[in-house]
Amino acid sequence: MTTVAADVKKLTMIQAITDAMRTMLDEDDSVLVLGQDVGINGGVFRATEGLLNEFGEDRVIDTPLAESGIVGTSVGLAVNGFKPIAEMQFFGFIYPAFNQLMTHATRMRQRSLGRYTVPMVIRAPYGAGVKAPEIHSDSVEALFTHIPGLKVVTPSNGYDAKGLLIASIEDPDPVLFIEPMRCYRTGRTEVPAEKYTIELGKAKTVREGDDVTVLTWGAMVNDTMKAVEQWEKEHQATCDVIDLRTLYPLDRDTIKTSVEKTGRVVIVHEAPETGGVSGDILSVINDEALFYLKAPVQKVTGFDTPVPVYSLENEYLPSARKITWAIEEALHY
Amino acid sequence: MNMEEQFPIWQYVTEEGELVQPEIDIDEAVSRAFYQYMSRARMMDQKCVNLQRQGRIGTYVPYEGQEAAQVGSALAIEDGDWMFPTYRDHAATMTHGQSLHNLLLYWRGRLEGSVPPEGKNIFPPAVPIASQLLHATGVAWAEKKKNSDRVSIVYFGDGATSEGDFHEGLNFASVFKTPTIFLNQNNGYAISVPVEKQMNSKTIAQKGLGYDIPSLRVDGNDILAVYYETRKAVERARRGDGPTLIEAVTWRYGAHTTADDPSKYRDQRESEERRSSTDPLMRLERFMRKQGWWSDAWKEDMEAGITEEINQALKDVDRHPRSEVDQLFDNVFAKPTWTIEKQRQHHTNINEGAKS
Ligand SMILES: Cc1ncc(C[n+]2csc(CCOP(=O)(O)OP(=O)(O)O)c2C)c(N)n1
Ligand SMILES: [Mg+2]
Repeated sequence: MTTVAADVKKLTMIQAITDAMRTMLDEDDSVLVLGQDVGINGGVFRATEGLLNEFGEDRVIDTPLAESGIVGTSVGLAVNGFKPIAEMQFFGFIYPAFNQLMTHATRMRQRSLGRYTVPMVIRAPYGAGVKAPEIHSDSVEALFTHIPGLKVVTPSNGYDAKGLLIASIEDPDPVLFIEPMRCYRTGRTEVPAEKYTIELGKAKTVREGDDVTVLTWGAMVNDTMKAVEQWEKEHQATCDVIDLRTLYPLDRDTIKTSVEKTGRVVIVHEAPETGGVSGDILSVINDEALFYLKAPVQKVTGFDTPVPVYSLENEYLPSARKITWAIEEALHY
Repeated sequence: MNMEEQFPIWQYVTEEGELVQPEIDIDEAVSRAFYQYMSRARMMDQKCVNLQRQGRIGTYVPYEGQEAAQVGSALAIEDGDWMFPTYRDHAATMTHGQSLHNLLLYWRGRLEGSVPPEGKNIFPPAVPIASQLLHATGVAWAEKKKNSDRVSIVYFGDGATSEGDFHEGLNFASVFKTPTIFLNQNNGYAISVPVEKQMNSKTIAQKGLGYDIPSLRVDGNDILAVYYETRKAVERARRGDGPTLIEAVTWRYGAHTTADDPSKYRDQRESEERRSSTDPLMRLERFMRKQGWWSDAWKEDMEAGITEEINQALKDVDRHPRSEVDQLFDNVFAKPTWTIEKQRQHHTNINEGAKS
């Protein structure tokens, strides 16, 4: 744990994200922020609030409305000496850029035998539960963990967001940094004013217990914590709750250690079940800790359906009831 | 010749209400119909903004100020033609026959809200910018292959012209000579980004040149200009002469959505000033007054009727049954896969407290 420095502020996650970008814009002239409405408007979620004023139009850039354009030109900027932080206004609108990510950003290093590299970050708000209009609520991280050459990171709180985003900006390769919208303004964490990083690929155990390992990320971390806290009050058992934070590469060691301890696992994610990151987690467990399992691994996920319009999104999202149900299934197998 | 000269903004009626294209065929009844459709759209829009403030509908996308562009163009197509709206084009869809009831359902996050009435072809509003241009081209292409004289009209904003799909849509329409009307509403902004930052070109119409598509600019606050120019494009499309790009130059008075704060990026006094200068309803009123076709009593009666219609729709929607959970699982496929059926069953079991 970091010791609390003198200069610490209580920040929401969105403020911590702004703080991370400000820190890096300030430190490194090659860092650029670009995207739709990131300038004078400060981003539709205010992630870039104030940055235009501080760093000017050459560094904080309102682009034309074109995701393929934003990501494709960022590849060029990154190859040629800059470190772009490209904002997708919503994760559900990243699809026009898929081609650029899949066929260029992520393989330029190998195609040029290391001559050309793409140190860029793509940020995107994601997830259901904020009553957003259609298409705005997709949770399609697994489409991207499947892309070779791309790291995928998702914070669940302000402290992690700042450290992970700075690490992502400093990473020599492309990083997709997806931000659960529901966490933007729910709760504040202590965030040091100074620069710090959190290593990519490292999970965080946010609650320690002995009987069941609960693996999750993004907005589901808070939901899972609440459900587990309540459940533990009424039961004799306890849970390890792990916020994976990086979805590619997964933190093999943390998963292994916890599963060896508990032998019982629940995976919670809001993305559709089939092809979700839970499949990769299961594969890690299979390879690393299979014979420690005392029960089949339980999954609590979204359905193999489009994320619904908002009148149905609470039916779609993993509920506390479903999470504790799964914990009990794992426990009483 | 520069592009602004090559693509002048066509007006039929000046801001003062003077008719400057006298050869058109307009009478009192048609003018009143135009005005009534625009009033209905505006009153519905204002109602929705209020409902959103009261928390009775979700995030809402207002179009106030753009009524002439939407209503005028929607009136130029017929039943059986195809309409491709965005999230901001409810004035167009309600004019073409979408019910107020469904519009309210849409803003309550209900799938039923996207379904058009029988006999009308209205696509669910496109949310990913510019994606619908390709559907409008494909649908029109199909009509052409079937030797029908049906056309499609597709709505999109100034910002949409930056997406690849805009260019692909225009090129496909041009290459396959599809009966498509590309109805652009240049309202000056894509959220906070003004059109001058969105593009270096001075007009949107000129983008049609690259694809050899007949293109023009109209005053998007002049319903006569929009209606008659769209009708010409529709007639050309029906005749087999292919697509047209129409840039309707207009302005949104309000916020991008109810979640947006326009004072972050522009001086809202401009909107206020435009309400008393370029407003589409005011323009038509001035024109009608000059023709001697205006009556305050008529307006009052008409507005009372609309208020009643809107209130009735709201009452009906409030009584509308809640969303069925099955809607989540149905219609993903013609026949649900086993994974979907398993998930549906599991969901029901847990919510009913049964053991699975
Ligand atoms: C592909 C995609 N990217 C981003 C967005 C987010 N977004 C919604 S509306 C909008 C601006 C659209 O501007 P314009 O095309 O001018 O239409 P207007 O909203 O002015 O009607 C943006 C960026 C989106 N809906 N789809
Ligand atoms: Mg616009």
